[in-house]
Amino acid sequence: MPRLNPENLQRARDLIALYPESRSALIPILHVLQEQDGYLTEDGMSHVAEMLDLSAAEVRGTASFYDMFHFEPVGKYLVAVCTNIACMLQGAYRLLEHAEERLSLAPGHTTSDGLFTLEDAECLALCGNAPCVTVNWRFFGDVDPEGFDALIEDLRAGRLDDEVPPHGTLSRVRRNVGLPAQLAGPGGDGKRPAETGPQPDLSTRRTTSAVSSMNAGHLRGHP
Amino acid sequence: MPVTDAPTIVSRRLGRRHSWTLESYLADDGYLGLRKAIGMTPEQIHEHVNTANILGRGGAGFEAGRKWGMLRQAQPVYLTINGDESEPATFKDHALIEGDPHQLIEGALICAYAIGADQVFLYVRGEFPLAIERLQAALNEAYAYGAVGERIFGSDYSVDVVVHPGAGAYICGEETALLESLEGKRGYPRIKPPFFPAAIGLYGAPTIVNNVETVSNLPWLMLHGGEAFAALGEGRSKGTKLIALAGHVKRPGNYELEWAKVTFRDLVYDPVLGGGIRDDNDLKVIIPGGVSSPWVSPEHLDVTLSNEAIAGIGSMAGSGSIIPMDHTTCTVRAAWRIVRFFHRESCGQCTPCREGGGWLEKILERIEAGQGREADLDLLMDVCDNISPGVAWPPAQTTICVLGPSMPPSVAAGLRMFRDEYLAHIRDGRCPFPPDRLPRRLARV
Ligand SMILES: Cc1cc2nc3c(=O)[nH]c(=O)nc-3n(C[C@H](O)[C@H](O)[C@H](O)COP(=O)(O)O)c2cc1C
Ligand code: SF4
Ligand code: FES
Repeated sequence: MPRLNPENLQRARDLIALYPESRSALIPILHVLQEQDGYLTEDGMSHVAEMLDLSAAEVRGTASFYDMFHFEPVGKYLVAVCTNIACMLQGAYRLLEHAEERLSLAPGHTTSDGLFTLEDAECLALCGNAPCVTVNWRFFGDVDPEGFDALIEDLRAGRLDDEVPPHGTLSRVRRNVGLPAQLAGPGGDGKRPAETGPQPDLSTRRTTSAVSSMNAGHLRGHP
Repeated sequence: MPVTDAPTIVSRRLGRRHSWTLESYLADDGYLGLRKAIGMTPEQIHEHVNTANILGRGGAGFEAGRKWGMLRQAQPVYLTINGDESEPATFKDHALIEGDPHQLIEGALICAYAIGADQVFLYVRGEFPLAIERLQAALNEAYAYGAVGERIFGSDYSVDVVVHPGAGAYICGEETALLESLEGKRGYPRIKPPFFPAAIGLYGAPTIVNNVETVSNLPWLMLHGGEAFAALGEGRSKGTKLIALAGHVKRPGNYELEWAKVTFRDLVYDPVLGGGIRDDNDLKVIIPGGVSSPWVSPEHLDVTLSNEAIAGIGSMAGSGSIIPMDHTTCTVRAAWRIVRFFHRESCGQCTPCREGGGWLEKILERIEAGQGREADLDLLMDVCDNISPGVAWPPAQTTICVLGPSMPPSVAAGLRMFRDEYLAHIRDGRCPFPPDRLPRRLARV
């Protein structure tokens, strides 16, 4: 399914309409494409190029600048271990080596069952909970080797599926307001209903929110 | 008093139940600052911001009011909020977006109204999907509530806000690279001059780029006034600031502090702040303002965290990330990791940054692996000098942006403060600190 499917095509059109210049929608649309296929296919990028009146080379050349985009299939779970300074100071390289052994993988590779890809990541901005790991960019803080093993088991067993969608899914919340098609004016009849599907629960239960980095001590002052 | 009784301005709602929802926000002054703002003229808001003297919280510490004043008079003008936070050991904007997205939206709207922008882009680092989801959900709510869109709160002012995800590139935090990225291109920084965003920004139009924390202060500032903000802090360093404390302390985390009145000693050792060094080890060195800042020694513990005070000891307050390291830390390995980061993230436009970064990384790697030569120490300084002539502070810049010149400070500080440690690696053919080796496999850049 290399081109954008009809639903995603509509999402792409909605995105284009948000910007004064269509090219600004390129990266958001590439995220939609990556969500659809798990990575960016050549045909998919050509389709996006057609939509935005760009050459396929421009699209690929831009996409490849950005680390989040992949051009080959990756695992269902992209496991990124941060090894930057704050995490390194808290044992991140030991954790990465543990992850390599546990998954029998070097960073940048995928398990043969297609479940896990391992990455050696730069700072993920969860340094108050170092060392930390993300799975499809959902955060897990203060991870020790045992915690890592438990995480892998939970992922395998599907116990984290509600908080960790498959690789490529960026935002499960869609813009449902102020879409140009809803407004009066060219292209819009002012009547298009907002597409509010079921909204995901945005609480964190198993994952770590960056808010956990706020320490109680700071709350000494009055509001 | 170690922790002052200053109000918590930007972070007070964080950690409350469902703090990211409109309901929770409205229960604590939500959107009252914006309502007040649209009843004023843009000039009056500008005056409050000037009185508050709020310094940008993104790293450069430029006065927000002065920046707004530099906006070229033309139509359209754009507002772009920088939520790309990727500076190592900086993790405050991430918490602000996830925990209080409505405050960010309200702050951005106050700024947009004050500068006359009718389109706002919230650029959020792509690796923050939860932040993006909560921000988009908050925006949907804010539209329905009448705070965004056509004629907000029944006024004559209409404004649209777009949540724009990045896709993984540290350099897109640099404001001109961010604008290129927002235009759908590779994140290559633009040459300044002429491309100062306030003059020539997004699509060539005048554009203000402000940090998430900077504008998150605006709702409080509108409600309480510029004077109240300026009553906190000292000198140029007014108000409170989120300090991201990482590294070898017992209680790492974000702390909102009246920064001009808190010292490094308070921050590291106060029981309600850092709580001391882990295992009660000795403090060896501090990185005071993000990994591009020169390191400072424990002899400066009684210096405060203000912009001026840290500048006074030859470094910078930067993004507010502070990393104390204990006596078990190998400073060669620490410098190597910092340089490796910048080298990996170099956009490649400038030779000294692209090539010099690789040289520094390789030389440090071989010293750490016990294969260095004494001549390597001069070679390191020589490469640093090529990246930033004179290896001085503030750094001289021959590159398009300051990512390149962010590499030498860690190397130069290490060599100046811990030369013996570098020499011990070379003499003994091994790293003196456990674990005495680099990780077995390193992903190649
Ligand atoms: C390499 C580099 C990375 C940067 N990353 C960020 C960032 O992640 N977030 C940010 O707000 N500012 C970052 N900045 C600073 C921005 O260029 C800009 O000064 C800032 O967003 C302006 O907002 P402020 O005046 O409110 O601080 C970075 C600068 C450089 C040179
Ligand atoms: S200094 Fe480095 S990151 Fe900045 S523009 Fe030059 S090559 Fe790119
Ligand atoms: S250094 Fe690992 S999350 Fe920041």
